[in-house]
Amino acid sequence: MKKSVLAFSAGLGMFTASVVAAPTANAEDLTLCWAAWDPANALVELSKDFEAQSGHNMSFEFVPWPNFADRMLNELNSGGKLCDLMIGDSQWIGGAAENGHYIKMNDFFEQEGIDMADFIPATVTGYAEWPKGTPNYWALPAFGDVVGWTYRKDWFERPELQAEFQEKYGRALDAPQTLEELKDVAEFFQGREIDGKTVYGAAIYTERGSEGITMGVTNALYNYGFLYENPEKPYELEGFVNSPEAVAGLEYYKELYDCCTPPGSSDWYMSECIDAFKSGQVALQMNFAFIWPGVESDPNVGGGKSGYFPNPAGPGGHFAQLGGQGISVVAYSDKQDAALEYIKWFAQPEVQKKWWEAGGYSALNAVVEDPGFASSQPYAQTFLDSMAIVKDFWAEPAYASLLLPMQSRIHNYVIAGQGTAQEALDGLVKDWNEVFEDEGLK
Amino acid sequence: MSDHHRSHRPEPGSTALVHRVKGLSDRAIAWLFILPTIVILLAINIFPLIWTIYLSFTNYRVNRPNKAVDFVGLRNYERILSDTDIWITMQATAHFLFWTIFFQVLIGFALAYLINKKFKGNDLLTTIIVLPMMLSPAVVGNFWTFLYQPQIGLFNYVVSFFSGVDPSQFSMIGDVVLAPWAIVIVDTWMWTPFVMLICLAGLRSIPDSIYEAAECDRASKWRQFWTITIPMVLPFLMLAVLFRGIENFKMFDLVVQLTGGGPGSTTELTSINLKREAFEKWRTGYASAYAVILFVTVFGLASIYVKALNRVKDR
Amino acid sequence: MSFSVTEPSKRQKWFAGIVVVCYTLITLMPLVWIITTGFKSSPDSIAYPPKVVFTPTVEGYVNLFTTQTRMSPGVITEPRDHLPWYEQIVRKKGNTIVGPSRFSERFFNSVIIGFGSTFFAIVLGTTAAYAFSRFRVPLKDDLLFFILSTRMMPPIAVAIPIFLMFRNLGLNDTHAGMILLYTTVNLSLAVWLINGFIDEIPIEYEEAALIDGYTRFQAFYKVVLPQAATGIASTAIFCLIFAWNEYAFAVLLTSGTAQTAPPFIPTIIGVAGQDWPAVAAGATLFLLPVMVFTIILRRHLLRGITFGAVRK
Repeated sequence: MKKSVLAFSAGLGMFTASVVAAPTANAEDLTLCWAAWDPANALVELSKDFEAQSGHNMSFEFVPWPNFADRMLNELNSGGKLCDLMIGDSQWIGGAAENGHYIKMNDFFEQEGIDMADFIPATVTGYAEWPKGTPNYWALPAFGDVVGWTYRKDWFERPELQAEFQEKYGRALDAPQTLEELKDVAEFFQGREIDGKTVYGAAIYTERGSEGITMGVTNALYNYGFLYENPEKPYELEGFVNSPEAVAGLEYYKELYDCCTPPGSSDWYMSECIDAFKSGQVALQMNFAFIWPGVESDPNVGGGKSGYFPNPAGPGGHFAQLGGQGISVVAYSDKQDAALEYIKWFAQPEVQKKWWEAGGYSALNAVVEDPGFASSQPYAQTFLDSMAIVKDFWAEPAYASLLLPMQSRIHNYVIAGQGTAQEALDGLVKDWNEVFEDEGLK
Repeated sequence: MSDHHRSHRPEPGSTALVHRVKGLSDRAIAWLFILPTIVILLAINIFPLIWTIYLSFTNYRVNRPNKAVDFVGLRNYERILSDTDIWITMQATAHFLFWTIFFQVLIGFALAYLINKKFKGNDLLTTIIVLPMMLSPAVVGNFWTFLYQPQIGLFNYVVSFFSGVDPSQFSMIGDVVLAPWAIVIVDTWMWTPFVMLICLAGLRSIPDSIYEAAECDRASKWRQFWTITIPMVLPFLMLAVLFRGIENFKMFDLVVQLTGGGPGSTTELTSINLKREAFEKWRTGYASAYAVILFVTVFGLASIYVKALNRVKDR
Repeated sequence: MSFSVTEPSKRQKWFAGIVVVCYTLITLMPLVWIITTGFKSSPDSIAYPPKVVFTPTVEGYVNLFTTQTRMSPGVITEPRDHLPWYEQIVRKKGNTIVGPSRFSERFFNSVIIGFGSTFFAIVLGTTAAYAFSRFRVPLKDDLLFFILSTRMMPPIAVAIPIFLMFRNLGLNDTHAGMILLYTTVNLSLAVWLINGFIDEIPIEYEEAALIDGYTRFQAFYKVVLPQAATGIASTAIFCLIFAWNEYAFAVLLTSGTAQTAPPFIPTIIGVAGQDWPAVAAGATLFLLPVMVFTIILRRHLLRGITFGAVRK
């Protein structure tokens, strides 16, 4: 089958060279599953070193973000053998650990001398641990990621715009420090004519189908004082999820959507926001940090035309939504040894350094604490600052059941304009309580 | 139109009796020929259906293999039938069903009527018109999201060309008011030819002699249309509605690609909602109860409809 | 030639012709747009106003068949002296090809699963239809209706227990599993359609053959099958198109190895952002065979789409 498939593509006259891959003695065909995005393609290139060293053959299964969780959780729940290695999203870790989808890594780490203390603490908690805060590891932090903002530095630097902004808001037009300032800037640019084109304020996450709007709105919610639960009493939601502060945060996100986003941006996630920014439609863009290397090298907006800043603070704190993933070995794989070999190779400091150079956000302290790191790229410092303030969505085994009502409640309020913010969050408390009751946690 | 249940073919029993002698008996061949089909349908259709019914009384979840499975009685059914969100998806489905069928019947019949004027080249045009309905709804639906994009999309551009509305000022799949119509438009584009083909068969089944007789009676064209054409085509039309009704009640691929159920939950049809429960939240028991409710609804409505159809046909 | 009252006037014909031609043009527009977008460059595809005249390029097709990454100095070390034409296209955008994409595999899966399930559905369907048509089968009407009813259930509802069953049998994401499932779904169509075709073959042919000393099986094989060949062939194309287009089962029950093209094409994505020319290129390659089949099938179309309920 495999052979005929390759022959088929060869028949299309394209990849005659890639067909002849000579297998070595105990060479395995490993499949790594991840989202289809820039870093994944960089990893393909990076992995060629591993193939050369180990003799194993790597194939890749990449699924775009809107379908990623759906497809891969389906695969894990069906006990499928498609993926030997999985770079699964941070929120899956609870379910994957409790249901035995991933193998536990503690012994392997010990044996190979891989120490979790060598990685950025937030990524270890976020991507590897379950239960959180305990030294039980199910993944190696593979790709650090966090929501941050990109802005059009070249526009911000125009004297006439600076003067106008100064007059209107009484401060300089610069990367915003607070969410309120961010809205001012977005409002300032909304509908403005720049170089003969109408531009808009900000591209923000509004996607309905998977996790988009949740990954966006949390950046406002956290900073206004939203909490997932009573810090004293786990799973107590009333008054934390729907506190007056949380309501204010949600209202802020809706105001931002209503006042300052491009028309038709009602179902946007990573790729739509990138497109809008690169095509010069917007002054500000919310997005995960993974896009920054691409922005920097873009012919339209790269090369110093864009700047980066962490999610601005709000009245209730300063946080940013955590993204990023750890790399795990799938328990249903028949090739776990070879898969662990890959992780061992990947964890090496030299490889991690190359990973960063290729556009992958290494989570290894040795890489990010290198004196040259912060100045190595215009966005490196912003990345470090952002990683210091991360907060993640529920990583419970029931994460999907918690995410879906959040998607629909938030989208219904922010995009469809149904009901009030209070009603949306009250509804969310009700939905989440039901989930926790079903789970027997309440 | 033919009906298998009452086909007037001589029953072959007599010949079978005469020729039983050679080879396997007819009875053996009959079973040999039918059995594999029955077995495979039992295994892949009926057995799973029974399993679904069983699961619908439990709290089983596919994604929690280590959790005890409890029998919860009718609780899943109670929860579904008392859940207001599910009624919202039912309403979205009803809106979708009604308007797609309405437009498809209207346009499909009109087209069939015109094509039946037998102008030159009508055969070729019929073949071309039919193309959209044979294509993969998922692939085509996905591409329609591109056509529907504000500013750059062809659809918005064409609308703006004729109406003068700025193409960046409306978003067919992003707007709460427009999205339910966006899916109606694409489904109508795809499936109008289906209704058209069936209507065409109906129109062509009317013998010329009836019109000739009416002409002798000096009935006006308008009267002929209402007293001959419409009643004669009606059974065909009703059949088309039945097929479209069942298909669109099942609708998943096209709409999931177009809107994914959004914005908010405005286009979240029952199939999409069920998919979320079953394959995203993995509430298997609950989703099974949901599935059973849908089975009952489809079969119930379809049987009532078929009864009505038969009455019209027999008239 | 005598004057006929039912023959439309010339004016009516003209009017009808013009209206139908207009409708045809409108209905074709999205399809034409898919095909042309496949030959546009990325900027042309998202140009405003939409571009009707453009310089054609095969960029979309190259993107469809390859996985690319942005060139970054740290990674691209080895010089590639002889760059093939497709690499050159990609390099112009600052990217480099890192390997083939999954599209050809997915397309091939569609072919295997489509033809496999069609084959089994036709074999089983033809024999069952013959038995229903020619023998006195107890509860025949009920059985036929039962077979049809399997098509009325929403696929998502059917998929829940199938998912569990396949998981237990290890059939999730396998070609065998998908062929089995599509065979089942197509069986109902095959039985109903072929039953209709066989009903139309006069029974006298077989009787003559039986009198000539054929066994029942020989009569089926040598007399009935050739007579029904056209009908069976068109039924096969219908089954193939169904399996080819099916999305819901494929998206829920396959994740890679056996994934067909319909769940895959919407997930084609560029190096950054949606790559519409590549999506359009994939859609074109995927839709064209069906368009050709539709034209071949046009005489039997009506029958196929109505399960044989309407025949011309």
